[in-house]
Parts: sequence; C-alpha cells; structure tokens
Amino acid sequence: MMMIFGYPAPLMFGQLLLGLINGAFYALLSLGLAVIFGMLNIVNFAHGALFMLGAFVAWGMLYYLGINYWWALLLAPIVVGAFGVVLEKLLISRLYKLDHVYGLLLTFGLALIIEGLARNEFGSSGMPYAIPRQLQGAVNLGFMFLPIYRGWVVVAAAVMCLATWLVIEKTSLGATLRAATENAPLVQAFGVNVPRMITLTYAGGAALAAFAGVLAAPIYSVNPNMGANFIIVVFAVVVIGGMGSILGSVVTGFGLGVIEGMTKVFYPQGSATVIFVVMVIVLLARPAGLFGKSA
Amino acid sequence: MLEVRGLNAWYGESHILHGVDFDVREGEVVTLLGRNGAGKTTTMKSLMGLVPRREGHIRFQGQETIGLRPDLIARAGIAICPEERGIFASLNVTENLMLPRQVAPGGLDLATIYTLFPNLKERASSQGTKLSGGEQQMLAIARILRTGARLLLLDEPTEGLAPVIVQQIGRTIREIKARGFTVLLVEQNFHFAATVADRHYVMEHGRVVDMIPNAELASSMDKLHEYLGV
Ligand SMILES: Nc1ncnc2c1ncn2[C@@H]1O[C@H](COP(=O)(O)OP(=O)(O)OP(=O)(O)O)[C@@H](O)[C@H]1O
Ligand SMILES: [Mg+2]
Repeated sequence: MMMIFGYPAPLMFGQLLLGLINGAFYALLSLGLAVIFGMLNIVNFAHGALFMLGAFVAWGMLYYLGINYWWALLLAPIVVGAFGVVLEKLLISRLYKLDHVYGLLLTFGLALIIEGLARNEFGSSGMPYAIPRQLQGAVNLGFMFLPIYRGWVVVAAAVMCLATWLVIEKTSLGATLRAATENAPLVQAFGVNVPRMITLTYAGGAALAAFAGVLAAPIYSVNPNMGANFIIVVFAVVVIGGMGSILGSVVTGFGLGVIEGMTKVFYPQGSATVIFVVMVIVLLARPAGLFGKSA
Repeated sequence: MLEVRGLNAWYGESHILHGVDFDVREGEVVTLLGRNGAGKTTTMKSLMGLVPRREGHIRFQGQETIGLRPDLIARAGIAICPEERGIFASLNVTENLMLPRQVAPGGLDLATIYTLFPNLKERASSQGTKLSGGEQQMLAIARILRTGARLLLLDEPTEGLAPVIVQQIGRTIREIKARGFTVLLVEQNFHFAATVADRHYVMEHGRVVDMIPNAELASSMDKLHEYLGV
C-alpha cells in the first residue's frame, strides 16, 4: 500500500476529501455571513437555522410534492430567501439604529425558535434524503475511490463561491453593494434604494445558506441540529478569515476544512479543536483576521 | 427652482439650523458663505435628506421634499458632492464614476466627462482613494454630472487644494453653468466664489443673515470680512 509520511495514502486522501467537503460548507456559510455582515452590520446567528431550513425544504419538496433534487437546488434557496425577506423586513430592520448586540440576540433567538419548531415537528433523529440517481456511485481515481456525490458537492460549492465573488467584485450591482458597505447614506443619496438592497442582501445570504443545506441533505441526515453543528465552526472561520471579507471567507472555509481533515489523520484527538487553535493564533497575530482590513 | 423656507435641522439633541430661508433660481450659481460651524454643510445635507430630523419647507421644482428619503430626492433631480468627497475605497475610478444612478436624461456622457477631466480617464482602473486629493475632488464632481440631476450641491470643492486645481474647478463650474446646470456652492474662499457665482447667501449660527449679489460683492467687503471673520 502507498504510504505518505508513514500513513496509508487512501486514509490521507479520504480525509482530504472529507476536509474539502466540510470546507465547502464552511465556505458557503461563511460567505453568506460575510455578505450579510458587510451590509447589515449584524452577525447573523440564524444562519445555521437557514441552512437547516434549506435541507428541510428540499426534503419536504421531495416527500410531499415529488420535486426532485435538481429543482430543490433551485427552489429551496428561493423559498428560504423569501423567508429571509420576511425576517429582515418584519424584525431585523427594526434594529439597525440600536447596538449590534441586539441584532445578535434577535438572530440567535430566531435560530432557537426555528430549530425548536423543526424539532417539535420532525424529532431530532433525522430523515434520510437519497442521493440523486445521476450522482450515485463512485469512480476509481487510482489512488482512491471518489463517491461522485461528494465530488459534486465540492465542485458545486466552489462554483457558487466563485459566482458570488464575481458578482460582488466585477459587476455594477456588486460595486453598489461594496459602496453601500462603506457609506450607505451616500449611496442612497446617489439614488439607490438602500433599504431594499439591504433586504435583498439578507435574502441572498439566506439563499446561499439554503443552497448549502440542499447540498448537505444527502450527506448528513436532514435533522434540526444540522445547522447548529456547523455554525460554531463557521463563526470561527469568519473570524479567522476576517469579518466581512468575501475572499477571506471562501479561502479560509476550504483551507480550514482541509486542515481539520488532515488533523484527523495525524492527530485525531485534536481534530475537534484544531480550528479554534488556529483562531487563537490568528487573532493573536492579526486581530482583524487573515484577509480583514484593520479598522 | 429651489425654495427653502424655515428649515430647521437637528443632530440628535443638538438643534443646528434655526429657520433657514433662501432661493435658487434655474441656471444660477449661488453660494453659501459663513464661518466654520455656521451650518452650511448641514443645510446641504438637509436638502439631500441626509439629516435625520428636519422640519420646514424645501420645495424643488414645485415638489415638497422635506420628508422624502435621500434616494427619492436624488431621483427628483438633486445630486451632492459632499464635503468629505465620499470617494469609495473599495471601488475603482470607473466604478466610482458609474455609481450614482441616472435620474434623468441630459447628464454629461462619459466622453464629455473625460474631456473635462482627462486625469480620470488615465486612472480609470485605479482604486478611488489612491488618487491625489485634487483628482478625488474631480471624481466627486464628475460622477454627479452624469446623472442628469439639474441641481448640483457642491460642498467646499476647493478646500485644501493647490491653486491650479482650484482654477480647474472654477472652469468646471462655469462650464456646467453654461450647460444649464444649477449649482449651490458652499465656499470659505469668497475670492474664489466671486469668480463663479451670481449671488451669495451668508449664514451665521444656523440662519441665513444676508444675501449679496455678486455685482455688489466688491462694495460689501467690509461687511463680508465681519461676517466671515477674516
Ligand atoms: N454629525 C453631527 N453630529 C452633531 N453635531 C454636528 C454634526 N455635524 C455637524 N455638527 C455641528 O453642527 C454645526 C454646524 O456644522 P456644519 O458642518 O453644518 O458647519 P459648516 O458651516 O459646514 O462648517 P465648516 O465650514 O467647518 O464646514 C457645528 O456646530 C457642528 O459641530
Ligand atoms: Mg461644512
């Protein structure tokens, strides 16, 4: 058997793939958090709940309406995005004039409510969601077997991150978003309906979380805690990458997923804490995060 | 074109404007002169809807705008070049230039803007805040000329700039006046103001206390020195 640093190669590659998959979810979730934070100046603690909601909407569409995975990948983000519009307009928008802490408390409360309702309705054991027919099976790459669905998740997440980055950095809509992040009143004085843009930004972040949720549904069981399990690590990713940095959240998301996976090979006991160790080191060396601009 | 009556404005608890009255007619260049802290910037921001609490009347082309949101005031045809310039660091020069929404036909096209401000063309892909102070000021003026807004609010566009740049800004203001734009200009430097303006309003402690036509500026120097404390 091929060995790398004295470890069996298939084990290495397997953990690398797992790391990339976790990293894909970290990247998608922290990307949405970064966009929302940049524009609304709130840390969206409901993000994990929106991720979970995406998976549940996909599950519900399949079991109640017979809507397949591919349609769910498109429709669940729209449904959850619409839910985001309601949340922002009804609740979050009332807090912009107050201290950030209120936004944090509100979204944290929303997460508890959404997850609690899901637990009441569906229990916490979780429901299976089948891998779509087209993505079942595995391919032999020579050095390892790659389950097709897992490869798809990494690619789909990377493409979505890239697309989001392109929209923000290279389009006029993105320029308006970046400008509003810097100085929203002036952008509004230039004729832009900033309150509406803020609502749509929150909806966009929610839709990204839901997209990740649908991708996750066939890998993890669809259960009310699936978001809460991720979100703590995702917050660490956001802090390490630099609050509000788009590129930072994507690179850091994938990077930390891989670091976590590799730690499972070399020092399994440390895999649950390695991200937080990295966080402490980064915060000591660069308080604004790897990609953050110091305020 | 613009009619301001009894304008009051507050920042939180502090009452800054105490009944400001003035008019601007179509095609005029009118200045607001006054000492530091007289309320000139606050007046400009109030016209644009950027001061949270304001009362009184602001009628623009017959429409009451006192209670409108800034984006709707912009769409009515008013555009601002703020005192701090407001160039966006995360946008390059072209993105800064294209940011303000077009609100009406009749704005300058890019070719004309680049003729007026050749530097901006050369530096099109530079980060906005990497420009020199003078270039940033050009950019801040240029971007509102595109929008088709007919009333331009320029808040101290010459502040802290070298004399050749001040002259270029003076030429620009005369050029846009010739093209039929209306300009409300805040200035500390009344020598500069005299070269571009039709009339001058003097502000003191949140009120307009005097109006001097440009033709009478020379004969009003003593009065003006007293108002401005220079
Ligand atoms: N954001 C703010 N919050 C509270 N007070 C403010 C604020 N901005 C300005 N002020 C106060 O309002 C008063 C008028 O300020 P304003 O900026 O309108 O003066 P100005 O005539 O433009 O002065 P300058 O010539 O220095 O630009 C000043 O006393 C100032 O301290
Ligand atoms: Mg001022």
